[in-house]
Amino acid sequence: MKVTFPHMGYLWISLKAMLEYLGVEVQEPPPTTKKTLILGSKHAPEFACLPLKLNLGNFMEAAEIGADTILMAGGCGPCRFGYYAQVEYDILQDLGYKYQLVVVEPPEKHISEFLARIRYITGGRPWWQVINAIRFGYMKARVVDDLEKLAQWRRPREITPGSTDQAFSSALQLIIKAGHPRDIPKAKLQGTHLMNQVQVDERKPVVKIGIVGEIYTLLEPFTNLDVERHLGRMGAEVNRSICLSEWINDHLFMGLIKGTRSSKEARRAAPPYLNHFVGGHGQESVGSTVLYAKQGYDGVIQLLPFTCMPEIVAQSILPGVSADLDIPVLTLVVDEQSGDAGTITRLEAFIDLLNRKYQQKEVLA
Amino acid sequence: MKPTVGIPRALLYYEFFPLWNTFLKSLGVSTCVSPCTNKRILANGLKNSVDEACLPIKLAMGHVIELCGKVDYIFLPRIVSVAPREYICPKFLGFPDMVRNAVPNVPKLIDANIDLYHPRSKAQKNLHEIGKLFCSNPMRINRAHKTACQSLISYKKLLQENILPEAAMEIMACKEIVFKNKHSKYDSNGPTIALIGHSYNIYDQHISMDIIGRLKKLGVNVVTAETLPEEIVRQGATILPKKLFWTLGQQSIGSAIHYLSDPAISGIILVSSFGCGPDALTGELIERYIHRTRTIPFLKLTLDEHTGEAGVITRLEAFLDMVYWKAG
Repeated sequence: MKVTFPHMGYLWISLKAMLEYLGVEVQEPPPTTKKTLILGSKHAPEFACLPLKLNLGNFMEAAEIGADTILMAGGCGPCRFGYYAQVEYDILQDLGYKYQLVVVEPPEKHISEFLARIRYITGGRPWWQVINAIRFGYMKARVVDDLEKLAQWRRPREITPGSTDQAFSSALQLIIKAGHPRDIPKAKLQGTHLMNQVQVDERKPVVKIGIVGEIYTLLEPFTNLDVERHLGRMGAEVNRSICLSEWINDHLFMGLIKGTRSSKEARRAAPPYLNHFVGGHGQESVGSTVLYAKQGYDGVIQLLPFTCMPEIVAQSILPGVSADLDIPVLTLVVDEQSGDAGTITRLEAFIDLLNRKYQQKEVLA
Repeated sequence: MKPTVGIPRALLYYEFFPLWNTFLKSLGVSTCVSPCTNKRILANGLKNSVDEACLPIKLAMGHVIELCGKVDYIFLPRIVSVAPREYICPKFLGFPDMVRNAVPNVPKLIDANIDLYHPRSKAQKNLHEIGKLFCSNPMRINRAHKTACQSLISYKKLLQENILPEAAMEIMACKEIVFKNKHSKYDSNGPTIALIGHSYNIYDQHISMDIIGRLKKLGVNVVTAETLPEEIVRQGATILPKKLFWTLGQQSIGSAIHYLSDPAISGIILVSSFGCGPDALTGELIERYIHRTRTIPFLKLTLDEHTGEAGVITRLEAFLDMVYWKAG
């Protein structure tokens, strides 16, 4: 059994660490590229959202290098993600791929179902080892998130362009190589040290931008056309409303780990603009925008894949939030037709607008 | 003076209008339905929604705008779920908030939640919330709820007789009972086609380009998901490896699977609208299932706000040619 799973940003680092800790053979898909997208969008339904197309491409590419079992998460709606696994599996079967599908559904009827799926993947390992493995995966996610936050702060302020990204990718390698939970603290220390060595101009004025939207688009740099890096190079400090470790804590640990940001706050901030959950991260997008405005951010960018239902609801509501709280909001919709140049132009225009507002504020003060 | 409540002729209107109307009227409220979709309504809807929204949502927005200034309230319950462990669609969940944001001088919205997601929640409780706005007597609200449910049941019965929603509503309004004998289930000798799609797409004459009328004129019998009892539809949907969590998707898949196994059906047309999220997946599942199991003429039509009829007509004619050719 060679287990594969779809890519979503740096999720693979945690998942791979977790599964390999349990002695499961893992074959992660090759990094998502244009080829993945072409393969996926060729066979996926036209109006399916981009993540489904990329998942499909990931599975097709992983099969070429020997993967034979898909590990996928499920869901109970109303977002389409809850039915992804079944549709993707249907398509793969029609194309003649010989995959085993293991969907980890949230336990609806009985917890035993959920545990049985995990048992299938982990074999006869004792539960304490499974729990340790999950902890290991979470620790990696947390360290990666911390490093990303350092990069988000340093990128707009770096003196040599590109030095942050260089340091970040070497730091990431250290985390990937850590093979045991006890290696993590050391890797984290070394990684942080690498990041801190990047030369920065601390007094440079930067605009602060919050990024909200659909989780996959937010976490996967290929999908969002590397919007974080582009913004950083244009001199904007970025904060993302969703991080992998926070998401794991919210949804898998039910908020067990205290002291980290939780999506609950975002949902609480959404009324009166959006009074009900709408699936996916729709309500969180509206709420996070409110929070960013209150925290004094200069602007917010919403990212969503074309036809994403919860985010369309949020998109319809954000203009009202933007007008009420006086915070500019830019919505970027991505799909297989998205191109670099168009996006960069729009980002530049948005940053110009924020800079103008920033200067006006300074003059008035 | 009696307050007037406006009901947009959109979204779940074709499924639940008799229930809402009877309920409100029994509470002494007068109701006003927006007119049938026309170009102006559609254009207003398009202008006031985000581009990415799907056609039915844009259209519903147009209907809400049409009612502005004419009524005291607009009946726009937040329909979260109408069956246990199922949802309608994220956009239905957020629609009242979308309206509030897009239409500045909208009349007061009745946007109480209709949420039957948890198996123990009751529709009665949801309707009580709405009833309380107009009536302080809980007994009267209870009675109104009962009559409303009765009228929904008789409406669904009429639909199962293969009477179109608008005609069925008229029959209910005039209480004409003789009607039954005039209409048999099938009114022509031609082939029978299953038309699968959400009620707000296929029964809206304007956006569906009167697809049902056109098919009938071409001498074809049309059956839909609404002509089947709910149990049969749900039975059909059980072939899925995992229960589908969209009620409307269940309807599409269940009815498609049922009609596929019915030898009297000579073709299936699947109608969806541009940008419909759930249909992107359910349509795919239906199409793949049909290809695997039976060779039957199959047409997938996507509706959008464009108004050229020729394309639809040509495709319908080509589809029917195929049906006749297969029948020999």
